[in-house]
Amino acid sequence: MNEPGLKDIWVYLSTSPLLGLTITLVAYGLAYRLYLKTNSNPLANPVVTSVAMLIILLLATGTSYSDYFEGGQFVHFLLGPATVALAVPLYQQFSRLRQLWLPVTISLFCGVVIAAGSSIGLARLLGGSPEIQMSLAPKSATAPVAMGISEKIGGLPSLTAVLVVITGITGAVLGTKLFEWIRVRDDTARGIAMGVAAHGIGTARAFQVSSQMGAFSGLAMALSAFATALLVPWLVDLLEAWLPV
Amino acid sequence: MQFLNGITLLLVYQLVGEITVRFLGLPIPGPVLGMVMLFVTLMIRGKAPDSVDQASTALLSHLSLLFVPAGVGMMAHFGRIADEWVPITLALLLSTVITMVATALIMQVTTRWFAKPLAEKEGGDE
Repeated sequence: MNEPGLKDIWVYLSTSPLLGLTITLVAYGLAYRLYLKTNSNPLANPVVTSVAMLIILLLATGTSYSDYFEGGQFVHFLLGPATVALAVPLYQQFSRLRQLWLPVTISLFCGVVIAAGSSIGLARLLGGSPEIQMSLAPKSATAPVAMGISEKIGGLPSLTAVLVVITGITGAVLGTKLFEWIRVRDDTARGIAMGVAAHGIGTARAFQVSSQMGAFSGLAMALSAFATALLVPWLVDLLEAWLPV
Repeated sequence: MQFLNGITLLLVYQLVGEITVRFLGLPIPGPVLGMVMLFVTLMIRGKAPDSVDQASTALLSHLSLLFVPAGVGMMAHFGRIADEWVPITLALLLSTVITMVATALIMQVTTRWFAKPLAEKEGGDE
């Protein structure tokens, strides 16, 4: 930093959206390459490595998250249209869905209630504050949906976004091992479970296992986003009535 | 041009979703309503136009990239996560495992109960 010119450039860049946006894409590009190099090992999940790279970079350069997000928001924003885009795989799988509508509906309803109920219950049991409980409740839904719900039920939307990402990574990393272990070999059931528990990050992983698992995971993610939005606020009211804090 | 049309259409559905949700005070997020409205439109039209198909494939094939900025948000919550790391980590981990195992088993069992006869009847569907 003894060269004044360089410092000026840095000051300019760190407040412009260009830097945040570019490093997000570069970090993800590198992380994705690493992921392919490890033969798609779920432990090298590109979200984990790119988030880690970016946090280290931001901490090392003393850049705040809000400065980074000036640029990061352009990527983050696309979660909205991506949610709308889920209508397409949903439509394409509709004939399969129609055959399986009853099992899918039952699994989805149970999955969404278990996801929210168990996270609230466990957090409460382990002494988590109400804010943490409410931020955890919608963690299995895709980010924009979970953030909206978190805000409605008294959680912290930005913390929920982080928990959503960690949940997705957990699901993507553990998923295939868990399914082996409980001997669920049908890609339809695996896909539904992945999509309900681990939304888009799980779906990205499911597509690598098979396109059928990916399609059903995408379908479950879309339907559970809808179900979570409808069921979780109601479930929270119910829990408050039965088990007041 | 196809791709641009597709993206525009997705944004229009999201916008209409957001406005409707706010206007009617619905309990669901705008993009989710947008998704439902697009789904209904596709069902009525009977096919997904190339433009929408292209745009949605592009967005969904790199879905995990879209979660990266939110994940970096962890650094803004280090304090809170450090304070309550036991309930956060354990509840998150256990709840995710329980949800995944339970949903997979429920789906497997209910498929055996209900779907076998149906699937056999409508076998060669698409």
